[in-house]
Amino acid sequence: MRSARLATALAIVTAALAPAATASSTTDQAGRADDGKALFREECSSCHGFAGQGIDGVAPDLRGAGTAAADFYLRTGRMPLANPGDQPLRSKPRYDEEQLDALIDYVGSLGRGPAVPSVDTAAGSVSRGQELFTSSCSGCHAISGVGGVAVGAYAPNLQGVTPTEVAEAIRVGPYVMPAFGRRQLSDADVNSIARYIEAVVDSPDDPGGWGIGHIGPVPEGMVAWLLAAVTLIVIAMLIGERRRRR
Amino acid sequence: MSRDRAELLVIALLLAAAAAAVGFVVAYLDGADTQTLGIAGGIAFAGLAAAAIVAGASVVRSLPSTESRPDYSYEDDDFDGQGDVSGLRDDLAAGADGISRRKLLAGSAGLAGAALGGALVVPLASLGPSTTALTSSPWRSGVRLVDENGVPVESTVLQEGSFLTAFPGGAEANTFGAPVVVVRVDPAGLELPPGREGWAPEGFLAFSKICTHAGCAVNLYRSPLYEPTSPDPALVCPCHYSTFDVRRGAEVVFGPAGRPLPQLPLRIEDGILVADGGLSGRVGPAWRGVREQ
Repeated sequence: MRSARLATALAIVTAALAPAATASSTTDQAGRADDGKALFREECSSCHGFAGQGIDGVAPDLRGAGTAAADFYLRTGRMPLANPGDQPLRSKPRYDEEQLDALIDYVGSLGRGPAVPSVDTAAGSVSRGQELFTSSCSGCHAISGVGGVAVGAYAPNLQGVTPTEVAEAIRVGPYVMPAFGRRQLSDADVNSIARYIEAVVDSPDDPGGWGIGHIGPVPEGMVAWLLAAVTLIVIAMLIGERRRRR
Repeated sequence: MSRDRAELLVIALLLAAAAAAVGFVVAYLDGADTQTLGIAGGIAFAGLAAAAIVAGASVVRSLPSTESRPDYSYEDDDFDGQGDVSGLRDDLAAGADGISRRKLLAGSAGLAGAALGGALVVPLASLGPSTTALTSSPWRSGVRLVDENGVPVESTVLQEGSFLTAFPGGAEANTFGAPVVVVRVDPAGLELPPGREGWAPEGFLAFSKICTHAGCAVNLYRSPLYEPTSPDPALVCPCHYSTFDVRRGAEVVFGPAGRPLPQLPLRIEDGILVADGGLSGRVGPAWRGVREQ
């Protein structure tokens, strides 16, 4: 009696798992997009709508967003958001590789949008990258690339970002970042910017020995003030003469 | 330490300070890095300070004297309670008389002072070009917008939501009135002040890049991908975060700036952005009575 019940339970579990196993093992693009569709309806549709058409005032239409935007937002953990009004910030991705591929393919299949750009940092030039970074990126991300504030939004730290994320962000313009088209920054320009970030922002050359967070002259001034204050107090104590008590 | 040796030490320290200050000037003129300049300047000041300490402790005679306090008690109209300091004056004169090498001391102090003064003055050469052309602007109707390499700015370069910095074609780019920041927005959302109709063809807007608060370069642009849940498009100054609403003619929405960024009217000629007039206001920080609008 007990073994019969166990066999039935096993059969049910096997039957339930089988289709899922088949689906996940398929490498076929369409099948992956189908997986993505199911996952999208589960995870994203409460804000972006059941068919990715967006909900007015809550979240944008994703038809035409393309795989570039989906790849950027999902792989950097910026989506899903807890609250649609929050700024999407980098965090641990919520999905595993397989789920990410499926979701990104599905969002890409919703409409004609920009595909994930290919970046070749080896073809870029660090000096050209510095010029472009200085004129187009450093305003918000700071010349050291550690990010900053643009009233109402944070510009994220660029240390450790992948070249593909750099290119996606330039083309997509996530959150309040301006989007740069190919006529303004060519693919070669993007290669150079990604190479500059890899070569300089990721491993800053600190001639003073200690970058103190690379957030500009404020911490350096603080250190100078603290050291100077201590030195001045010590000197004042050394040269001052205390009146002897009688 | 005997007074004699102390005097020699003070003179040596003052001369060392003078030498370091001269070294600062030489290093500056030689284009040395800031660390070298800092070390030279630091040694000069430290020498001067050490000389003052030794002089105070061992050269100038020190003598304790207690000044009696005035009597604050109220007794009719008698407030004449000042202490007697005539003895102190004599003591000080006697102390000063004891200094030998008076001229050498004064001479080296003067040399150290002059050298340090020189070291303080020479960095003024780094202040950059003169700012006599503060209020003038090269923008006139028909002046083309060019990028930092002098290439005319085509209207197709900028997609909606993007921005770039432009300069007046054929004019000095390195002046206050020259740089403008060009942004492109959806023309449907424009709410420019009255009288500025037609200033923003195809949603192109150009504003002076110099902040009206302290004259910094306005180089932050936030441009929302999805506006309902993001901040509005605005130019932001990195110095004190003055925020200018581009669709309302760079009206100040946050921060210390007192007036909007001057706007440059635009027109498009053969696909190239061209100024359609001068800037709408005076460029640069609000100082000395500049209080337009």
